[in-house]
Amino acid sequence: MTAASAGAIPAAEPDASRAAAGALARPSVWVRAYLAVSALVLLLMMALGVLLRLAQAGSVALSADWFYRVLTLHGVGMVGISGLAGVAVMWHFLGRHVALTQGVFVANLALFLLGVVLLFAPVLFAGYAGAWTFLYPLPQRSGGAWSTGAAALHLAGLLVVGVGFLLVHLETARAILARYGSLSRALGWPLLFGGSAPAPPAAVVASTMVLIVNTLGLAAGAVILVMSIVGALVPGFTFDALLAKNLIFFFGHVFINASIYMAVIAVYEILPVYAGRPWKVSRVFLAAWSAAVVMVATVYPHHLLMDFAMPKWALVMGQVVSYASGVPVLLVTAYGALRLVQRSGLRWDAASRLLLLGVFGWSAGMIPAVIDGTIAVNRVMHNTQWVPGHFHFYLLLGLVPMILGFMAFTSAGGRHADSGVGRGAFWGFVAGGLGVILSFLAAGARGVPRRFAAHLESWQLFDSVGAVAGALVVACVGVLVAGFLASLRAADGDA
Amino acid sequence: MQQLALWLTLIGVAALAAIFAAVARGASQRGVPERAPAGGERLRGWLFAAAGAAFVPITALSLGALPYGAPPEDAVIVEAVGHQWYWELSRTTVPAHGPVVFRVRSADVNHGFAVYDPDMRVVGQTQAMPGYENQLVLRFERPGSYRILCLEYCGSVHHGMQAALEVVEESR
Repeated sequence: MTAASAGAIPAAEPDASRAAAGALARPSVWVRAYLAVSALVLLLMMALGVLLRLAQAGSVALSADWFYRVLTLHGVGMVGISGLAGVAVMWHFLGRHVALTQGVFVANLALFLLGVVLLFAPVLFAGYAGAWTFLYPLPQRSGGAWSTGAAALHLAGLLVVGVGFLLVHLETARAILARYGSLSRALGWPLLFGGSAPAPPAAVVASTMVLIVNTLGLAAGAVILVMSIVGALVPGFTFDALLAKNLIFFFGHVFINASIYMAVIAVYEILPVYAGRPWKVSRVFLAAWSAAVVMVATVYPHHLLMDFAMPKWALVMGQVVSYASGVPVLLVTAYGALRLVQRSGLRWDAASRLLLLGVFGWSAGMIPAVIDGTIAVNRVMHNTQWVPGHFHFYLLLGLVPMILGFMAFTSAGGRHADSGVGRGAFWGFVAGGLGVILSFLAAGARGVPRRFAAHLESWQLFDSVGAVAGALVVACVGVLVAGFLASLRAADGDA
Repeated sequence: MQQLALWLTLIGVAALAAIFAAVARGASQRGVPERAPAGGERLRGWLFAAAGAAFVPITALSLGALPYGAPPEDAVIVEAVGHQWYWELSRTTVPAHGPVVFRVRSADVNHGFAVYDPDMRVVGQTQAMPGYENQLVLRFERPGSYRILCLEYCGSVHHGMQAALEVVEESR
């Protein structure tokens, strides 16, 4: 949606509110650069996802070797770009409340781009296909498919990307501490525990939660990455596979969740503009975000429920915390968003539709995720296509529309912007997204394994449905993103 | 179990979608512009209470049948070792109706030891991990040809890492 196609603002809207919305919708050139990179990589990775489904459907000839290489690119690319886009949202809104150093933001983008080269080159030119989970000791024991040097280079790329994100969180920590004095104040604890202190803005609360958990996650990731790189380069250097698995899933779980928690800041900041009501930072809100710090950091054993060698208490904790973690999402963010927009005179356009869809997708995705986090269910569903079914729910229809909503809002300059093409692309995206997700969930219930290069004929109907739905998603996201990219050109022209 | 999971998901998602659709339909109408309609906090309180009340019985019920217990002493033992990219099994025929314990290990990388019934539905699984032994206890009530698939990505022939397991009526 371009600024040129923006519709008129209702005459009743106060000038001050309009000005505030305009300021909110004017990101810096570096935020726009982040979003442009995110848009392009997102589209490319989505296209690779469709290619994988076409290959499983038997509609495209893709060797097993290349299937797993594309799978590795799709996974690592999607996780990385989710984080990058999430950082763009967080930086933009947090920067309105604390003084951030832009150099760190630029350095993260530079490290990300360097990391992408290091990540992709071994896959494209040296056959590396260790999946984004780089589960030890697969990177260094490929059965002859790739060299240990290729594995080390790819893992070094992940390390470089991780260092960039760590710098961002250290910078947000510095800026938040400079303004609020302590992380507990930034989480609103003085108000939460009975005081009368003013509540910090939602963007500050969310950014503080994210910096705590993601710093821990990235540190764990750095440890296992360095261990794996040394393991790849030094023959005979081995370590405990279960410890490695714990570190990897702690890092991976925390990182992708932190990406969603950064992206949801767009909902807290933009939806109120459309609803004409503030998002109230209540004690319930603060309690939920503080609880999320603990839950995001402790729930990761639900990825290890089929590792019977794990301590039993840790696995039970994984299930219990998994259940509990759905409550803040549903009863704080989803409920809060619905209450915010209910009979508010909301202005519907691409941004408001996408942001509310993002809240729905995030909440709805919790349902199959929590079910999968039940040990008795996980026993027959783990590593089937049920898993991509639930994570595509809260990423494809949760995080992605939050990012696209932010793009739509900024590309329209905060003005009401709607068009028939935009509406069509939105509903096509919803239909395609649901098709992708339901094809995975139905296949998972049928026992179809995830990450299989070759499928039985009886499984290929799910794959075909997923491929068609995925192609629809790519086309519709392409339309939505084109409006954003066109607005960048217009902004350059204005400058 | 799988069908129950699917139906619970579909019903839950449909209910949530209906709520979002209902609120979205009325969102463009103007109620009390400056704040959300009254009564919401009380309703949220009730929803928190309901979630808390449901949490205890659901958790207790679902934790009643964990797959982590010690195997029965009279179980038939199958040694299973995962290699890139094949399964090495100490026996490929097991009796129906009695307990069977699979002692699952790996000779190289992580694998997923998943047993599929003749209809290609998962009946149980555990991870095969270097340096560890995981014991999977199953009781096959239905004789027939079962398959073992690797459910943990393990490299370029991961999808081909399969084995056959016959479940027969004969005595052990």
